[in-house]
Amino acid sequence: MKDLKMKKEFKVIADLLPNNTRVLDIGCGDGSLMSLLNEEKHIEVRGLELNQENVQECIHKGLPVIQGNAETELHQFPDKSFDYVVLSQTLQAFYEPEKVLRNLLRIGKSVVVSIPNFGFWKVRIKLLFFGEMPVTKTLPNTWYNTPNLHMCTIKDLFNFCDEKKINIKKVVGVNENKTSIINKSNLEIKNLFSKVGIFLIG
Amino acid sequence: MPSLAGLFFWMNIKLENIKKLDVAKPLKLDCGKTIRNFPIAYETYGKLSDNKDNAILVFHALTGDQFVTGSNPITNKEGWWVTAVGPGKAIDTNKYFVICANVIGGCMGSLGPRNINPDTNRPYGLDFPVITIKDMVRAQESLLEYLGIKKLLCATGGSMGGMQLLQFCATFPDKAFAAIPIACSSSHSAQNIALNELARQAIMADPVWDNGQYVLKNVQPKNGLAVARMVGHISYLSEKGMQEKFGRKLQEKADYEFSFNADFQVESYLRHQGYAFVERFDANSVLYITRAMDYFDLSKQFKGGLVEAFRNQKTKFLIISFSSDWLYTTKDNKDIVIALNASGADVSYSEIITDKGHDSFLLNEPQFLKTLKGFIDSMYERFKNEKRI
Repeated sequence: MKDLKMKKEFKVIADLLPNNTRVLDIGCGDGSLMSLLNEEKHIEVRGLELNQENVQECIHKGLPVIQGNAETELHQFPDKSFDYVVLSQTLQAFYEPEKVLRNLLRIGKSVVVSIPNFGFWKVRIKLLFFGEMPVTKTLPNTWYNTPNLHMCTIKDLFNFCDEKKINIKKVVGVNENKTSIINKSNLEIKNLFSKVGIFLIG
Repeated sequence: MPSLAGLFFWMNIKLENIKKLDVAKPLKLDCGKTIRNFPIAYETYGKLSDNKDNAILVFHALTGDQFVTGSNPITNKEGWWVTAVGPGKAIDTNKYFVICANVIGGCMGSLGPRNINPDTNRPYGLDFPVITIKDMVRAQESLLEYLGIKKLLCATGGSMGGMQLLQFCATFPDKAFAAIPIACSSSHSAQNIALNELARQAIMADPVWDNGQYVLKNVQPKNGLAVARMVGHISYLSEKGMQEKFGRKLQEKADYEFSFNADFQVESYLRHQGYAFVERFDANSVLYITRAMDYFDLSKQFKGGLVEAFRNQKTKFLIISFSSDWLYTTKDNKDIVIALNASGADVSYSEIITDKGHDSFLLNEPQFLKTLKGFIDSMYERFKNEKRI
């Protein structure tokens, strides 16, 4: 089930990216997205990944991956050296998400950022009616062991980009297998019904 | 003049039975001198496929030689990289054709300071030209030509072998489909040079060394050479690894002897390593090879620095470092990754977490060997496909 959902998000990301481009996948995990992009869209992929086992997995698949920490090691990538930089569901785990985001915008001509949406209705209910920090499929950890330091909602990131003058090209909301385009006019409702928000910015 | 046949009896080395290629093409060295008709000693393992798509070139480190795996016919010990290369190993000789050449300046059959200088009819000694890493690499090109290999599946090497590999890729950007430089650096640091200088001074301080003329007297500056090797061995281990291996343990005794004998296990270890080394290695070769390492600075060779050195690279790189290696640190290795990234090359990087220091690349380090195997096998599939198309 989880795998299927992951694939849905990756599919949406893949749809956002044109064929034959150069893409850097930050926090590329075991390389599933890189494989998808490489095989289906002939995209030249590179990955950055912290976890040793994941790095090995990528290397076994023949995917170029650099072991390193996105928080501290993005300086190694030159300005505009990639057409797209992808950051899937990790923005909220950084100490300084703004700094990381700025770096991604420096490295890529465009950036795809996906976030688990803290504004999803189930998350809100959990906090509002039960008074507990939400644990859902998209946010599986409890408050004391979550890697997430800066949770935000789709609306938050939307407003953040506005405020910081970051150009939003497209926002896609994902709920199970349904996707929908999010814009200013439907932001409130989509913020309530999307589990994941995928932003194309830059 | 002593008889030439007796010259090398101290090593009890029979170099006549090893594979050698006589390189006819003159090679102009970085120092300006030219060497002609020189021997390159080499060894191969496995079988070259009909498509010639399975060749892996291994560059050896400072005190290595061409005998990568199996039994070394000279020392009768295991090859220096038997942990990684051999049938069923990470670099599987049932599948791949592995080539390794002795570097020039060395003492295992390739042209070195022990060879006879045709101008004087005596061993070169210090008349041997000072060589560089680039000279070593260029000297090996003829071997690939001789073996009929236009493009290697992969080239790899650790430590000085990694430096040779970086040089190889910079000099011949399209000769290897993939490259794995391990625990190396694109230039020698002050500390690296200092340690090498310590090794050289130890040799030179031995009166037997006699300005490199010891060869004529059929002797070897054993004490100096052994100390030089001890320096090396200290730098190959991490502080933690050394503490765990030896601590303050005493060598087969209950208490201090109140003498300068090897009371501690670590002393005994160093002495053993040092004196075992003099049986198989030439002191002048250590001088020449360490000098080549010190002169190595890849960015100095290119106007635009290291990034320029890797411009237009088609080779797919995997850089590997070891967390406790203080000789060629993770940072040294990452600098190579950064330059490769900046030049747009295809590069992967992995840092293996271990306490075993620089030596890790020679040891049975499962994560390292797994990474090595995964990369080579996946590259082989891609290279085969590319060749087919």
